[in-house]
Amino acid sequence: MGSANQTDLGVAAAGVGPPAPASARPEAIKAIPIRRWGRWLSAAIITYIFAALLYSFIKNSNVEWPTVWEYMFKPLTLRGLLLTMELTIISMVIGAAGGVLLAVMRLADNFVLSGVAWVYIWFFRGTPVYVQIILWANLGVFYPKLIAGLPFTGIVFGSTDSGTLVAHIIVPAILALGLNEAAYGAELVRSGIISVEAGQSEAALSLGMSPTLTMRRVVLPQAMRVIIPTFGNETISMLKTTSLIAAIGGLEMFGRLQQVWSQTFQIIPLIVVACIWYLFLTSVLTFGQGYLEAYFGKGFGEKEAEAAERRADKRAARARHV
Amino acid sequence: MSSESHIVTAVEGGEAPGQPMVKAEQVWKSFGKLDVLKGVDLEVMPQQTYVLLGPSGGGKSTLLRCINHLEKINAGRLWVGGELMGYRQKGDALHEMKARDVAKQRSHVGMVFQRFNLFPHMTAIENVMEAPIRVQHVPRKQADAEAEEILRRVGLGEKLDTYPGQLSGGQQQRVAIARALAMKPKLMLFDEPTSALDPELVGEVLDVMKQLARDGMTMVVVTHEMGFAKEVADGVALIDGGVIVENGPPGEVLVDPKEERTKLFLSKVLA
Repeated sequence: MGSANQTDLGVAAAGVGPPAPASARPEAIKAIPIRRWGRWLSAAIITYIFAALLYSFIKNSNVEWPTVWEYMFKPLTLRGLLLTMELTIISMVIGAAGGVLLAVMRLADNFVLSGVAWVYIWFFRGTPVYVQIILWANLGVFYPKLIAGLPFTGIVFGSTDSGTLVAHIIVPAILALGLNEAAYGAELVRSGIISVEAGQSEAALSLGMSPTLTMRRVVLPQAMRVIIPTFGNETISMLKTTSLIAAIGGLEMFGRLQQVWSQTFQIIPLIVVACIWYLFLTSVLTFGQGYLEAYFGKGFGEKEAEAAERRADKRAARARHV
Repeated sequence: MSSESHIVTAVEGGEAPGQPMVKAEQVWKSFGKLDVLKGVDLEVMPQQTYVLLGPSGGGKSTLLRCINHLEKINAGRLWVGGELMGYRQKGDALHEMKARDVAKQRSHVGMVFQRFNLFPHMTAIENVMEAPIRVQHVPRKQADAEAEEILRRVGLGEKLDTYPGQLSGGQQQRVAIARALAMKPKLMLFDEPTSALDPELVGEVLDVMKQLARDGMTMVVVTHEMGFAKEVADGVALIDGGVIVENGPPGEVLVDPKEERTKLFLSKVLA
């Protein structure tokens, strides 16, 4: 019935000839497209300017391309790169886990929990991460001794000298980056959670699912769809933020290169090295993000019809085997 | 759908014979200053289908949501299958139930929503299997087989592995009914199950509900479908202004109403 209607409409619109059979698609319209001279002209001008800039950059002798290639794959650069990636991954794991925890606390009915989460986010989001890095690096001056025990009771299980602890640069680095990221992660997760329709929780609760199960199986998987793009963004941002660790003598990639140019004064070529590596890594992350988005977009994409067919085939195959 | 094809079989009656499945006693519910329910009394016996009618904002949906404790009542008492919902009575004092115990009570009460509320990240059969596996700890294989069977009975044997996004409204609502039935509830609540559907899809959902009623499922249904009420309801209650205005068998309430407000409502709906 639907196709018959469409044919009728098609004929009425064309207004000529006998009705075409329902299956034959009429020839597509062939029209002369509008000539967009302005578009061509602006494209040409922009290409010209861009080409000139690119040429001047490549031909700029201050870049010292041989030096760039030399430092690109030097063990020193690669070791720094490894630390950059380690810092990024560990900080993001702390940020994600802490973020989920803080977000759930923030949404809790218990006002102590939500208040603590609020204060945490207020502090870590409200102060620059650069300041936090330097603060953690100077923990030894702030609290010289870290004591594990029960406050106000005098009971002590053990203690450590915080100066030696933060002397390993990775410790204050991870503390600063991870705890800072948790504050942003919390807001990110919270926005994901509240983006899930209230009806979803109600449906889960009405099936007898506990609030925890509802959160884990129904709300969070759907929140992920909203969270992942921004989380990818945060990871890219984190990769670049690790360069601030150079301020406390951290030898991630940027720190190492900085150490070199402070002696050799090859500042421009080494900055180009850093830029190329950062661009490479952020590009890899961008692709990874695409895959994650597809995974958590289950049930929303165009590909779902195909996926459903594949599952149905599998089911049929299983049924035949039984 | 032929009357031989049962959707559910062997629906058990109440725990004790003659005991109502749902009993509401002077139930009050307010949101801030607004009193939505002002002393509702209702009794639904096992295997009965009860239809709640009335103008929007009158409190029908709120009453339904109070029955499975999605809303906490402010006064009165509400029992399902003889159990007080959401509270435990010890002597004169009422104790709030833990979330886990409320969940257990809810697992015996199925609910179908106006907007379906299917889990969009799960296929039809995953939607149906989820609660039996996670809540009742049914083995996955058995849950899969049972879910497939229920989906077949509501006419969706071909759509097992389809995500809700690819289903029509009528199909989604039938999955939602199947999802609730998979928990083998003793009571089913329907909150305007056909209001969000295109007119040509209403029939397929009502057919499933009628069959359920014939199979002996205890049902409380908020709907504007007068045909459904006349055909299968054992009782009809007209709720307006937070109270039950009139209450009785459909033959009386719908055909020969005594209250002016019922007459007015029916004249608007049937016009």
